[in-house]
Amino acid sequence: MSPLARLPWAPPPPATPAPSEPEALAPDAIASPSSAVIELFDVTKTYFVQPPVEALRGVSMAVHQGELVGVVGPSGSGKTTLLHLMGTLDRPTSGTVWVTGYDIAKLSDRELSALRAGRVGFVFQQFFLAEHQTVLDNVADGLLYAGATLAERRQAAEEALSRVGLADRLGVRPTQISGGQRQRVAIARALVGRPAIVLADEPTGNLDQATGQSILDLFVELNSEGTTIIVITHDVAIASRMRRVVRFLDGLILDDSASGGAGPRLAGAEIGPTVDGAEEAAGRSGGALSPGDGPDGPDGPEARA
Amino acid sequence: MNGPVNGSGALSPARLRPRDLARLASIGIRTRKLRAGLSALGIAIGVAAIVAVLGLSASSEAGLLAEISKLGTNLLTVTNGQTLFGQTAELPKAAPGMIGRIGPVTDVQYTGAVNNANAYKSPLINSINTNAISVDASSLGLPADVGTTVAQGTYLNAATQNEPVCALGAAAAQRLGIDRVFPGERIWVGGMWFYVTGILKPALLTPEIDSSVLIGFPAAEKYLAFDGHPSEVYVRTENSQVNAVYNVLASTANPESPNEVDVSQPSQALVAQAEAKAALNSLFLGLGAVSLLVGAVGVANIMVISVLERRSEIGLRRALGATKGHVRVQFMAEAVLLSVIGGAIGVAAGAISTAVYASAKGWQVDVPPLAWGGGFGAAILIGVIAGLMPALRAARMSPTEALWSI
Repeated sequence: MSPLARLPWAPPPPATPAPSEPEALAPDAIASPSSAVIELFDVTKTYFVQPPVEALRGVSMAVHQGELVGVVGPSGSGKTTLLHLMGTLDRPTSGTVWVTGYDIAKLSDRELSALRAGRVGFVFQQFFLAEHQTVLDNVADGLLYAGATLAERRQAAEEALSRVGLADRLGVRPTQISGGQRQRVAIARALVGRPAIVLADEPTGNLDQATGQSILDLFVELNSEGTTIIVITHDVAIASRMRRVVRFLDGLILDDSASGGAGPRLAGAEIGPTVDGAEEAAGRSGGALSPGDGPDGPDGPEARA
Repeated sequence: MNGPVNGSGALSPARLRPRDLARLASIGIRTRKLRAGLSALGIAIGVAAIVAVLGLSASSEAGLLAEISKLGTNLLTVTNGQTLFGQTAELPKAAPGMIGRIGPVTDVQYTGAVNNANAYKSPLINSINTNAISVDASSLGLPADVGTTVAQGTYLNAATQNEPVCALGAAAAQRLGIDRVFPGERIWVGGMWFYVTGILKPALLTPEIDSSVLIGFPAAEKYLAFDGHPSEVYVRTENSQVNAVYNVLASTANPESPNEVDVSQPSQALVAQAEAKAALNSLFLGLGAVSLLVGAVGVANIMVISVLERRSEIGLRRALGATKGHVRVQFMAEAVLLSVIGGAIGVAAGAISTAVYASAKGWQVDVPPLAWGGGFGAAILIGVIAGLMPALRAARMSPTEALWSI
């Protein structure tokens, strides 16, 4: 076991099947099965602007420990909202979201922050690295709010950077390395606290194709080492590299390669069975659905713009 | 191995360590040095103004008090007051002698106003141009008694007090246009020439001497028809007996009508004057406070801009697990740090300018704790006030909007 696990911020080991709390909080019989790190039950999310936007319209899915999930859909399909909810950055309008056994609707803002600090790692399209800090300190900041000392954070950051293949770049600034390396730094920052879930939002969006591929390779590699990773993208080609693909359209799950969410499974290149012929054609023809111009008809959430 | 699947136990956010908070607070200052420097400058100017005003007034007061105590606080003056009918009273000719017989009195000197005589540089000066110079008869030990010395020449002596010879007070010499003493130099006093024998240095305790032309008692009586009554008696006493002597002076000087005698202690009046002068500084303190206020607005402005510019950083920190409180305290600490840097520079600048000015003036350097402590405290307070609103705005920012709105 890694020395990290003994450090104070390291999440406690998956102890005895949770005493009572989650069960007690569970609304009904569909209490979270013990192996799911994220579960959504009939989740809706409405943004109350004029006119109101229904970003999610009744989504139920589960992500299990050790899965590599691609969530794919055109712009405005609700996938970023899904990321907010899975990452506990926002709460659902109705339905239940369980993240590592906690019902996020029942947690205060402080508790949600603590949950993110210890159990959720984020990777963003724009990297969000601090230019005034070295690569090492950028990664170390991933543990800033988890209660570790600077020395502990730096030690963990060094390990995380070597996992993403940047062990020799600790002292450089983010401005001195390439885009692909920057995204690796951001991934290391997400991994540094050994979170239960890593959420990546268009992680290759700012990278060229070859670099993007190497980042995807890294995700696949990290996943085979046991990290649960959810990649959100509009690019079907990227999603097809994931072991499980969930397709979104208009705030609903169009199809899920692991239908039923029974567990990790190799989805291969093809995207689930045909449910909607037009959508399938769009996905295949372009390879990528460019934002907003898909042939997917009455795109409700787009009205926001 | 990944983290737990099932939640258990309470989730409580970690507290930021002081060292981490210091690192966070200094991000804005380290990454935007010029901007931070300029907004700290606003605070620095205000604090420097306050510290310098308080420091300079304290130093000048300390300087004056030091000078007064050097001159001695044991000098008492006896002046002829007014009669019941409002006329100028006369002190008896024997008053100096009687005062001299009071036990603790160590020295008695006196002057008598020669009322019918004026002094001019030459007989050609129009007689109404008196330059407010008075002519006084003086005893021979006057300068030492009132705490002054001769700047040039000599004072009256046993020989010259009988002759038409005069010594000039500092202001009188200046008004007559005389800055040095040479043999044969003379002025026109009461219709005849008087030879100038010396010029006095300013007499801080008894400024009335400065504007006097001083001649001997015998000469005054002989040439200027002076009646010989003293009008001011300068009394030195033992330091411990000043009050006791003060209380008996009037009745000793004029036993017949003690109420026609004014007794005063010049050093007391000067101390009061020094304190009154310090009170005038409130105007400058007000100016310092205004510039401090402007500096505070500058810091608040910079913090508001900083919060807007750093939306994505705030969003990232929330995603990394920062609570609203963590974000709030980060920006609050940054504003306070900015003000404290400004305050420290201001205190240093104020103290240095006080030291330079005071030593140029020959005063003792005195920056009171109220000045630097108050200036520093005001800077911290301003940081808190200026940082409050931006910090609250930063903390209120929703993480999703902060992250995805760029």
